[in-house]
Amino acid sequence: MIAEAGHYALVLALGLALIQSTVPMLGARWGDPALMNVARSTALAQFLFVALSFAALVTLHVTSDFSVVNVYENSHSLQPMIYKITGVWGNHEGSMLLWVLILALFGGLVAAFGNNLPLSLRANVLGVQAWIAGAFYLFILITSNPFLRIANPPLEGRDLNPVLQDIGIAVHPPMLYLGYVGFSISFSFAIAALLEGRIDAAWARWVRPWTLMAWIFLTLGIAMGSYWAYYELGWGGWWFWDPVENASLMPWLAGTALLHSALVMEKRNALKVWTILLSILTFSLSLLGTFLVRSGVLTSVHAFASDPTRGVFILLILCIFIGGSLTLFAGRASSLKQGGLFAPISREGALVLNNLFLTTACATVFIGTLYPLALEVITGDKISVGAPFFNLTFGPLFVPLMVAVPFGPMLAWKRGDLLGAAQRLMAAGITALIAFAIVWAWARGGSALAPLAIGLAVFVVAGAVSDLAERVQLFRVPPRVSLRRAGGLPRSVWGAAFAHAGVGVALMGIVCETTWNSEHIAAMRSGDSTVIAGYELRFDRLKEQQGPNYRELVASFNVSVDGKPLGVMTPSKRNFTTRGTSTTEAALLSRGASQLYISLGDTTSNGGINVRMYYKPLVLLIWFGPVLMAFGGMLSLSDRRLRVGAPKPARALRGLQAAE
Amino acid sequence: MTRKQRRLTLIGCSLVVLAFAAGLVLYALRDSIVFFSTPSMAAEQHIAPGKRFRLGGLVEVGSLVCRNNGASFEVADGGAKLPVTFTGILPDLFREGQGVVAEGALDASGTFRAETVLAKHDENYMPKDVADALKKQGHWKDDYDAKLAQEIKGKSCAHGDG
Repeated sequence: MIAEAGHYALVLALGLALIQSTVPMLGARWGDPALMNVARSTALAQFLFVALSFAALVTLHVTSDFSVVNVYENSHSLQPMIYKITGVWGNHEGSMLLWVLILALFGGLVAAFGNNLPLSLRANVLGVQAWIAGAFYLFILITSNPFLRIANPPLEGRDLNPVLQDIGIAVHPPMLYLGYVGFSISFSFAIAALLEGRIDAAWARWVRPWTLMAWIFLTLGIAMGSYWAYYELGWGGWWFWDPVENASLMPWLAGTALLHSALVMEKRNALKVWTILLSILTFSLSLLGTFLVRSGVLTSVHAFASDPTRGVFILLILCIFIGGSLTLFAGRASSLKQGGLFAPISREGALVLNNLFLTTACATVFIGTLYPLALEVITGDKISVGAPFFNLTFGPLFVPLMVAVPFGPMLAWKRGDLLGAAQRLMAAGITALIAFAIVWAWARGGSALAPLAIGLAVFVVAGAVSDLAERVQLFRVPPRVSLRRAGGLPRSVWGAAFAHAGVGVALMGIVCETTWNSEHIAAMRSGDSTVIAGYELRFDRLKEQQGPNYRELVASFNVSVDGKPLGVMTPSKRNFTTRGTSTTEAALLSRGASQLYISLGDTTSNGGINVRMYYKPLVLLIWFGPVLMAFGGMLSLSDRRLRVGAPKPARALRGLQAAE
Repeated sequence: MTRKQRRLTLIGCSLVVLAFAAGLVLYALRDSIVFFSTPSMAAEQHIAPGKRFRLGGLVEVGSLVCRNNGASFEVADGGAKLPVTFTGILPDLFREGQGVVAEGALDASGTFRAETVLAKHDENYMPKDVADALKKQGHWKDDYDAKLAQEIKGKSCAHGDG
């Protein structure tokens, strides 16, 4: 009953999406407010029905109803409750349902909180949302229905893929989807603007909070996924340049560019056409990511699906939406009026530079991800494009970007003073040089590359701090005045400083981890001890224990430094009987931002076990950076100007004449 | 500056960055991509020692020798065999008779020195490259999955399993 109800709710949502994709848009054409207002109620009702459908699937998983294929294949009655619930999106069908749930949620949010939008814009935005939603409802109903029944229900399920039985899956996919799918809103706004042939600073003001929200979630989602891979896969790697990871990185790069160009459009009414194009591209890359992951075109840890009909269906959706939107863009973009002028050295110029590097970096990731696929289709040659390719292309493009980051906020709008900015960044530059010198001396020779990169990271962080210090005139006015000025700074300024500092912090972590990590592999028996980076690890004992749906072999290690005990680390290997597979659960011990990492290999014939031990200096900064970025994004999102969102006529127009 | 000059500056900058990126991509594509081959392809192509590639095939049954901090085994694809040595911990799912992909290079004696070894991820999965190559050579049987499932008990370096 529940499965059928869930299926039916999804069909109803499709029906609502069809209404929403036509009626309000016609209303917007004919100027009929009644028809336009249909969008609001259908969007809310659509969310309600998709939520019901999703709730039905969750109920089926929680109650372990193995008469449903999806539950049978991905659940087990002995599984802990949390994995029964997260198992809902740990498979193809369920994760597509989560995808449309989030899409409907965003549509509902625009409907509920978009009261200050012009009626026709809201109608068109929700109409476009409904087109996307409708396509994906069809996809689920035709190719990936999660509610299918089995004729002869088995007694027990096949268990969730053991790698996915981790708390990471509770958070990572929903976060990632909130980001991916969140970009659909800026896409819909862009299409609506093209349809109406009108776009102004107010448009950017409406789009920016939505983009920012999606970007925050995507940032956290990617960071979370990376940390998950780090501790779950047992190799201590945190980024593999796997196509599935690239699929989430590309929308992030484009989305970051979009955030910055929307800023120029909001403040200066310039870069309109480019902002529209970026909105389209960002969501297109999200769709491409969905295609790469969901069609099974790549076979990797993440890709569960392998049915070609699905791939063709998503490819079709991809072609229709990307092709359609770009055609519309080509036809209409020239009708959008060009806005404010600016000198190459200016805040706008710096943001253009940011966009240039981010989109180029995004393009190199795109090539590295799709080139092997294209080559295999065309010539049949199989190649793998791995980390060396991306390090060679992505790295050199990010260096100039990082150098430019602190300059951006220091430059004035319209026409900036590069020399002045450089003078104000003197302190940051000197700090960076000192950091470089210290690290270089400490590393004693070796490649200068890592110390240089550390210097760059310090420069970015110090640059963000000096921007704040400049604005509150630290040390030039009495401290109390500085403090008052700090309180009066717009939150978006704080947000930008935090986000930029986050980039520097992440870079620092990445450089430290990749350059100075120590690895030690040994076969150990109880009583053995080994020393890594000054930490003594003594292998205490090995014991077997029974988990809810697995057996595990737990090793305990006593960790001490200079004879002082620090604690016990217990890495384990779990063997999941239902699927006959095993996973490695690494043990982590944090010392400040650095971590000791132990994972187990196979047991040896003489009663010992192979152990992989790492010391990873400052590794936590890699994820602390994105958290800072997301925090900065939230600060910016809470800025009063964005919340009130009262569209003001662009003052930029007057400035434009003065500039000529 | 006039509007036109400004636009030209912008376009000029973009072209410089794009050209730089294109150069990087072409350079990287020439030097840092890794080709995939099976033991018989490797034998035909006479791959030079030291040239990195990915070797895929099945771990030959009875060839696995475990050492304290590594292992040696043979990778076969039905046509040819290639000896492989590896230092480090083999993945959880490494078994004789299973699909495997190793990345590394041949040494002077013709042994493949693997730097990384990837095994299949679950009982239904075989590295895509391996499956495709085996299909192409006609060694693929439809009951392959069933056979693999039987062979899951193949010898590994884990004590008590072999």
